[in-house]
This record gives sequence, structure tokens and C-alpha cells, in this order.
Amino acid sequence: MKYILLMNGKKSDFDGYARWSKEDLQANVAFMRGYSKELTDAGVFVASEGLGWPNEARLVRAGSNGEPITDGVFPESKEFLAGYWIIDVETPEQAYAMAARLSQAPGPAGKTGEMPVEVRRVLSGHSDLGL
Amino acid sequence: MNGEAPEVAFGHLIRELAPQVVGAVARRFRDFAAAEDAVQEALLAAFTQWPREGVPENPRGWLFRVASRRMVDLVRSDAARRQRETALAAEAPVVELADEIEADMDPDDTLILLFMCCHPSLSTSSAIALTLRAVGGLTTAEIANAFLVPEATMAQRISRAKQSIRASKAPFRMPSLKERKERQPAVLHVLYLIFSEGYASSIGAHLQRLDLAHEAIRLTRSALALLPEDAEVAALLALMLLTDARRAARTGPDGELIPLDKQDRSLWDQAEIAEGTALLTRVLSAGAVGYYQLQAAIAAVHDEAALAEDTDWKQILALYEMLQSVAPSPMVTLNHAIAVAMVHGPARGLERLQALDKDERIAGHYRLDAVRGHLFEMLGELEKASQYYRSAASKTTSLPEQNYLITQAARLEARGKVRER
Repeated sequence: MKYILLMNGKKSDFDGYARWSKEDLQANVAFMRGYSKELTDAGVFVASEGLGWPNEARLVRAGSNGEPITDGVFPESKEFLAGYWIIDVETPEQAYAMAARLSQAPGPAGKTGEMPVEVRRVLSGHSDLGL
Repeated sequence: MNGEAPEVAFGHLIRELAPQVVGAVARRFRDFAAAEDAVQEALLAAFTQWPREGVPENPRGWLFRVASRRMVDLVRSDAARRQRETALAAEAPVVELADEIEADMDPDDTLILLFMCCHPSLSTSSAIALTLRAVGGLTTAEIANAFLVPEATMAQRISRAKQSIRASKAPFRMPSLKERKERQPAVLHVLYLIFSEGYASSIGAHLQRLDLAHEAIRLTRSALALLPEDAEVAALLALMLLTDARRAARTGPDGELIPLDKQDRSLWDQAEIAEGTALLTRVLSAGAVGYYQLQAAIAAVHDEAALAEDTDWKQILALYEMLQSVAPSPMVTLNHAIAVAMVHGPARGLERLQALDKDERIAGHYRLDAVRGHLFEMLGELEKASQYYRSAASKTTSLPEQNYLITQAARLEARGKVRER
């Protein structure tokens, strides 16, 4: 069963991240790189991406002719997805354990980030309705 | 080979030979994990060379030679590292060694391999992956693709599975009769899971994806060839065929699920039904009644009804009652309740479901809600029915099922509105 681990942050978190010290950033980047390798070594890694920052985010709607109408978002008010990891595990407990490990990513001044990680089930194409 | 693309023909041949080669090499070198890797390399070499240079005269001997060379290299480098020679690392020419191993081949090797890959120390997903590679002769890339994970992830899963087997110190030999009896259900379960993974996910466009349901049928066929007297193996193959027969009818043009009672039965594969039924008839006449025999018998009763309303629900009910005594489980109780509803009415079926609310293995499961939705609909309590369909939709982990269940709820609500006017 596949799960997605979502790391969210407010605009202020992103701004704060931009002001971390070089050592803290390096420690964080190294952790993230190691984390993906841990997932692969455990035979559970499916996919992972990091996303661009909120100031680049645009809300898009279709106009009357289907043309894109873009709008800025209001970054102060909401949480933004920073990145995700998709894993393939056998139990939800395994997914929670992987999420807890991710939450240990080092933050500023070497402090463990305590960043909450949202865990969601990825729907499959399966059916066992007995059809 | 009747118009098949050459690489398809190679694929069949290579997959057929793979477990024989893995088995014999593993037995000779007493190292299953390394032998399995060596043979995988030989398979990959075959896949690149044979299309270019033609299939060698003795394809099996060719695979033995490539795999043996690899093993000898491994043993030599090991020996060099440990600064000592082993008998196998002596300068014996690889060709002779390979011929010797090939001559020493035993049809039981494939069976030993199957029991090894379904070893109790493995997690289910590892056992599935390893079985497909070592017994099924599939490449890591094909297996990864079938499960929609990267190749590196699948490679790790397989290598960890082999580490577990190595740590368990299981020797490469036929388990005793007693052990085989104990572990046979686990082996059949792995084969069944491969089938249901393929059958369940055959919804929607998965172009170029390996057909796991057909791989499972192929593997079960070869297990039956090795264990021709085993009624449960034959019954499992029958169950797969009788289920796979309905495949074309179970989804609509947009990939939507079509329940059994709404399927266009002219699309059912009559050849598969005939083969499954013949197998089942043979094992049922032999006496003893097992789990897969009953499941296959239920599938056969569905398959023999030309119209949904011709379904012999009384017989299905009797079979579920037997299943409840042979292999009780909440899922069996759930299906039994449906049969009760079809024979004695939905109210009686709903009564049967009450016991499941206290069973934590299934209490929060979407199927319990889905079945309640169906039975309340039969009862004419549409509002309750749609509530249960919606609740089931929020709990399922499958997108096609979620769409199906929400559509059921919406259909009932639309019907309710029409009535109010």
C-alpha cells in the first residue's frame, strides 16, 4: 500500500529557511539526501519531489474560452506544500515510522526540526469488491 | 510461434528455463542468494544477446554457462579475499562445470525454489517479489513496473528478502513432507496474491505493464505439474481461471467497475471457464474439501449462470456454509451474509452482519459498509443504503471502487428525488 508523506510550511517558515546558517542548511540537505537513500535501501521508495517556493505559486482558473487566468496566492494565510515522498509499505505503522524519521530533519542551530509530516493514503487502481 | 513477436517468444522460453537454472546452481553452490543473482545476470544477457544473435542451440546450457561463470568469478574473488582456495575455485573449466550442473538438474528444484521464496521469515511483499524473480524468471525491471515502484526499490526489496533467507539458514533442499504440509498454504497464498494483484489492478490503462494475473496462472500451472496429486493446487488454478474468465466484462468503456450481476456475460471467456470447471470437477470427485476448492466451486456456480438471475444462490449459500467451517474468517462471514440475503431476503442477511461489528479485523472495513449499502438497497431503505455507500467510499483505498460507491449513492439519491415529485 502506498502512502504520501507531505511536508507543509507557512510562508514564514519558507522565509525563515532562507535565513538559516550555511551549516544548518548543509546538515538539512545532507539529511534529506540520506533519507531518500534510507527509503530506497529499505525497499519502500516510490517517488519524491521538492517544490518551488510560495512566492512563485499561482492560482489558475479557466476563463470563458478555456484560457488560463492566473492570480497570485495570498501567502500569509495558508500552508504550502514544500515537498513529498511516496512510499510503498505493508502497514500504516510502517508509514508512520518513516514519517517520524523524516520529522527528525535537523533545523536551525542543529535543533531537530519537529516539523509535522502529514501522512495520507495514495489510492490504488485496485478493486476487490468481488466483482 | 504463430506470429508472436520474437522477444515475446524469447521471454516465454527464458522464463520457463529460469527456475531450473536457479535451482540447480543454488544446489551446487549451496548459496541460493548468489545463485539467484548470477542467473538474473544470465537472463539479462540472454535478453540482449538472443534477439541479436539468435537463440543458441541449447538455450538452457547457455544460461547454465553464463550463470556458472558468474558464480565461479564470485567464488574466486571471495577466495582471493580470504587468501585461500576452495575446491570450486580450482581451475576447472566453466564449460565442464556448467555441463555437470545441468546434468545434475532435478525437476524438484523448481519446487524447492518455490518453498524457499515463500519462506515464513519473509514479509508478503518480499515473498511476492522474490517468487516472481527466482521462480517466474522475470527481471527486476519488469517486477518493479508491475508494482509501479522504481527498479532500485524493487532490487533492494529482493536483496533484503534474500538476506532474510540467508539469515534463517534454510538449506537448499526439499522441505520434509510435514514441513511442506505446514507451509503449503503460505505458498498458495503468495500465488493467489500475485494473481489478485494482477486481476485487481487490470483496471484502466496500464499499457506495457506485465500481466501479473497471467504470470500467476503460469506459475500455478507449473506448481500443479510438479504436484499433480495436490487438490488444493489444482483448485487454486481453477479459481484463477474461473475468475480471470470474467475480466473483459468487469469494467466499462471508461474503466468503471461493473458488478457481477450487471456484467455482459457474453464477454466471459468460455475456454477459461471450461478449463477451470474441468479441473475443479476432477478434484472434487477425489473427496477432501479444502479452502480453494470451495472458493473455486463458488466461482464456478457464478460462471455457469447465463443470466445473473439464473445464479444458483442456494448452492452458493451451502458452499459458504462449508467454507465457514473449513476456513472461518470475517470476509467469509461477509460473503455468507450476501448469500443469505439472496436466498432468504436482505433482512436475514443484515442480521448476519451484526456479528462483524464486534470483530475488529473487519469492523471499520469499507466492504462491510458496501455490503450493508447493497442489502439496505434490496430492502428498499434507500436513504440508509446511500449513507452506507458513502461511508464505504470514504474508507476504500481504491480509486475505481471509490468512484463506483459514490455513483451508487448518487444513483439512489436521484431515485429518491424522482419519487418525491
